[in-house]
Parts: sequence; C-alpha cells; structure tokens
Amino acid sequence: MRYSAFRIFKEGLTGNKGWKAAWREPDPKPEYDIIIIGGGGHGLSTAYYLSKEFGMRNVAVLEKGWLGSGNIGRNTTIIRSNYLLPGNQPFYEMSMKLWENLEQDTNYNSMVSQRSILNLFHSDAQRDAFVRRGNAMFLSGADAELADEAQLRRELPFLNFDNARFPIKGGLYQRRGGTARHDAVAWGYARGADSRGVDIIQNCEVTGIDIENGVCRGVQTTRGAIRARKVAMCVAGSSGRVAALAGMRLPIESHVLQAFVSEGLKPVLPGVITFGAGHFYVSQSDKGGLVFGGDIDGYNTYAQRGNLPVVEDVAEGGMAIMPMIGRARLLRSWGGVMDMSMDGTPFIDKTHIEGLYFNGGWCYGGFKATPASGYCYAHLLAKDEPHPVAAQMRLDRFMTGNLIDEKGQGNQPNLH
Amino acid sequence: MIINHPLLGPRDAAEFVYLGDACMMDRPDWQAEDAMAQFVEYGYLRDNPAGEHQELWYHEQGDRSWLVITRNTLTHEISKVEMARDVARSRGRDK
Ligand SMILES: Cc1cc2nc3c(=O)[nH]c(=O)nc-3n(C[C@H](O)[C@H](O)[C@H](O)COP(=O)(O)OP(=O)(O)OC[C@H]3O[C@@H](n4cnc5c(N)ncnc54)[C@H](O)[C@@H]3O)c2cc1C
Repeated sequence: MRYSAFRIFKEGLTGNKGWKAAWREPDPKPEYDIIIIGGGGHGLSTAYYLSKEFGMRNVAVLEKGWLGSGNIGRNTTIIRSNYLLPGNQPFYEMSMKLWENLEQDTNYNSMVSQRSILNLFHSDAQRDAFVRRGNAMFLSGADAELADEAQLRRELPFLNFDNARFPIKGGLYQRRGGTARHDAVAWGYARGADSRGVDIIQNCEVTGIDIENGVCRGVQTTRGAIRARKVAMCVAGSSGRVAALAGMRLPIESHVLQAFVSEGLKPVLPGVITFGAGHFYVSQSDKGGLVFGGDIDGYNTYAQRGNLPVVEDVAEGGMAIMPMIGRARLLRSWGGVMDMSMDGTPFIDKTHIEGLYFNGGWCYGGFKATPASGYCYAHLLAKDEPHPVAAQMRLDRFMTGNLIDEKGQGNQPNLH
Repeated sequence: MIINHPLLGPRDAAEFVYLGDACMMDRPDWQAEDAMAQFVEYGYLRDNPAGEHQELWYHEQGDRSWLVITRNTLTHEISKVEMARDVARSRGRDK
C-alpha cells in the first residue's frame, strides 16, 4: 500500500478502514540466505538496502523485543555530517545524502528536518579546529559555514555570550544538518524491507551462534534454531554480549547515555545547538519539548537508566549557554546503552569467523549513520567486500595502527 | 552510587574517576615474543560482561588511591571494594 495525500483524503472520507499493518508478522523459516541479528535502525536499514539495492530477498531480521525498542527509539535524533577524518567524513556525508531522499525512497514520513546544526566555539584554538573541520567537510562535498559572534548575537540572542568561563565567540554551522523522527525511521525501513519479502521477526532473541569448523551456519533463538549462509550482528549496545556467543572479544565497552525532554514550549530553537566546551546539545521537537543531552555516565553498564551526577552535569551545561532553559520544567529522562569503541569510531566488517559479520561500535552518534550504515553493511553482505566509504571501519585497525581517532584521545572510550 | 572505600568508608561515586576493566592492572611483558599482539589485546579488547565486572576506580577527590571494585553492570550493585595495591600483591606483584 502506498501512502499519499490522496490516500489520506480517501481514508478520511471512508472512516479510515482501509489502512493495513505496515509489515507482516511471519514465523521464522528454517533457513535464510542472510540473518540480521537486531531489529534496530541499522538492522532494518541493512535489510531494506539488501532487498532494494542488492536484490537479496531471502533475508530475516531477528529482534529480541519489538521494533524500535533499542537505541533507535531512545536517541536525541540529531543528524549531521560534520566529521573530520577521511575514514569517517565521507561515510557520514553519504548518510546525509540518503537522509535527504529518505522519505521519497521509503514512501514513509520520517520527518527529516534540515533545521541546521550549530557547534559553538569559545576560544581561538577551538575556532581554528572548527575551520579545519569545515574544510574537511567541504572536501567530502558537505556544507559548512563559519559564523562569527556578531552573526550569532543577531540570530540567537538568547545564548549566553558573556559567560565568564566559556564566552561564545562563534560557531560552525551545517545548515543541512538537523533532526529526524527516530521511530519513523525504523518503521519506514521495516515497511520497505517487509514489502520486498524480508521476514521481520519480533520477540525472537538470538541465544547462540552456531559455528561448525570455523564457519558460521546459523543461530539459536528463543523461537528455535535457524540456519543461514550469513549471519550479520547488528545489535548496537549489546554487541559485547552477542559477540561473546561466538567467543569473540571486541574493542568495545557498553556505556549508558541519558537524554532529557522538557515540557512543550512555543518554538524557540531554530535548529540544533551544541556547546563545544561543556558538552551539551539541544534541539526542539515538533511537539515543542526541548530535547537535550550531554556526556555518558562513564562506566560500563547495561542498565538502561542513568545516574544523578550526570543529570546535574547536563543541567549545568544547559544553564551555561542557554540560561532560559532553567525556566522550563523537565518532563522526562531516560538512558540508552551504547557501544563505546576504543577510538570512538564504528565497525562494519567481516569477523575472523567465515559467514559471520559485525556492525557496531556506534557510540552515541549512530542515529545519523542509520542510512549509510545499512547501505554499507548490505554492500558488504551482498558482495563480500566493503563499500568504499566504510572501507576503514575495520575490526583489526588497532592491530594495524589504522585507528580513526576523531578526537585524538587514544584508547579511552567516552567518545562520540 | 555509593562506594564503600576500605579505608575511608562510604563515599559518593562522583568523587571517583573510572578507568575501566581491572584487566588494565595486568600489563603484558614488553619483552615477550608476542608482545605486540598482547598489547593490542591489553589496550583495546574487553570482555564487557553483563553482570559482575571488576573495574578500576581512582579516588581523585579523596585520598587518591586506586580501588578494584566488583560491580554488577546490570544493577550497579557493588559487591566488593578492594585497594588495588592489595589486589596487585595478591597476584604476586611487589607493588
Ligand atoms: C540517549 C541517546 C541519545 C542519542 N542521540 C543521538 C543523536 O542525537 N544522533 C545520533 O546520530 N546518534 C545518537 N545516539 C546513538 C544512536 O541512537 C545509536 O548509535 C544507534 O541508534 C544504534 O543503532 P540501532 O538503531 O541499530 O540500535 P538499536 O535500536 O539499539 O538496535 C539494536 C537492536 O538489537 C536488538 N538485540 C540485542 N540483542 C539481541 C539478541 N540477542 N537477539 C535479537 N536482537 C537483539 C535490540 O533489542 C535492539 O532493538 C544516541 C543514543 C542514546 C542512547
């Protein structure tokens, strides 16, 4: 069923009786060409591009909960391609281009809103670093715009320009950045994959990975054993646990990141704003709530909740750049468990076990990657060779010395 | 979270800095044949368990001691707090 304005009109006149479920509820088949473990954004986009771009239809996505119950449904929805390094920036720019055409492509309203993202800077050194970043963005075909203090004072008069410790000196805009409706991204991809024959199987947890003589042959699940020629892990914050089923140790730790939403306000924030020094980011949802977050809690956890010291820290960051935020009441907060890779960069790679593939380590920046991650993972699964823009996202990069260390911080996680 | 420091008693976890998996204490021998592989594993690979986890916390806002804490990563429950020094000695190290 295609969605269109005409369809909405017609359904409106006929009591909305014609809408059908957006995807089927199939039982698992005994065998598939490709099994994707994890029905989050990345797993579903992988299934979508596998079926649409690479013609692979005998595919199943196994999700232990319901679609969108993981990080895809918990994040602060920021999309952007303002990275720096050659191993990263072209990948995120590819993602940005896919975002720009996502709704037309999937025939689903994912509410992609290119309302702009602004990274504030507070010192000469930070400005220089952002100029360099802007140039790196241009090199990948992305847009970037340096704004000085006077411009920002005109555009965003509510910011605290004269903060004694971190005065705002300007910022780097990416006008094409913005936000998207997180759940709808998962649903759009699910519907698109399902309509091309992909089986999306919910409430089906993978509990074992079957490896015979070093070759992966399928998985054990709470709904029985399922065989497959290829098994693709794509479980975001559960990477460590699922890889352990195959006896693997990963360059990853699991950490929790919290997000916060205020009560609904009239439109105040035109785009996404990030506080470069204190680490705070904020945007306004279409319902009017201010959506914001900051640092990770900072120690290994699988509990999907955060702790108070970080709540305090995020609130302080918000007050430092945008004092008016203190007038708004906090409506709710939650935590999501994410992979923290040891250089802050993800992996899309084969593992050392034949037929077993890995996609993970997205830290807290993986939402924006959803389209390109799916596309590149599908490319790898279909052709057994990496897509050029993801060619450096290898598992062995710590051994070969080809780290993609965006922040230049070495092997301490806590990066994005 | 409250950390029950062996010398100082219960302290707020916010006084501490987290370093990560306590396997960081077992630095490989740099002269070993396979030192390279061992150091890659040491520096980057982790068990990352869901459940009991031994980890290093530094009491930066306090007595600046290193602790080995056994904590459940699913519940945040802390079942054991030891001085890192004592743990190292019990593993046969001189300091
Ligand atoms: C609070 C917060 C804010 C964030 N903000 C942003 C942001 O603004 N911009 C941005 O780009 N990124 C952001 N991120 C990061 C981003 O959300 C994640 O990197 C990304 O969503 C991860 O990919 P995913 O959508 O596939 O993950 P998920 O949706 O978590 O998908 C993984 C799925 O695997 C399933 N699974 C796990 N184990 C098994 C198993 N054994 N068997 C079957 N299924 C299993 C899970 O149930 C889950 O549904 C944020 C994250 C958090 C937590």
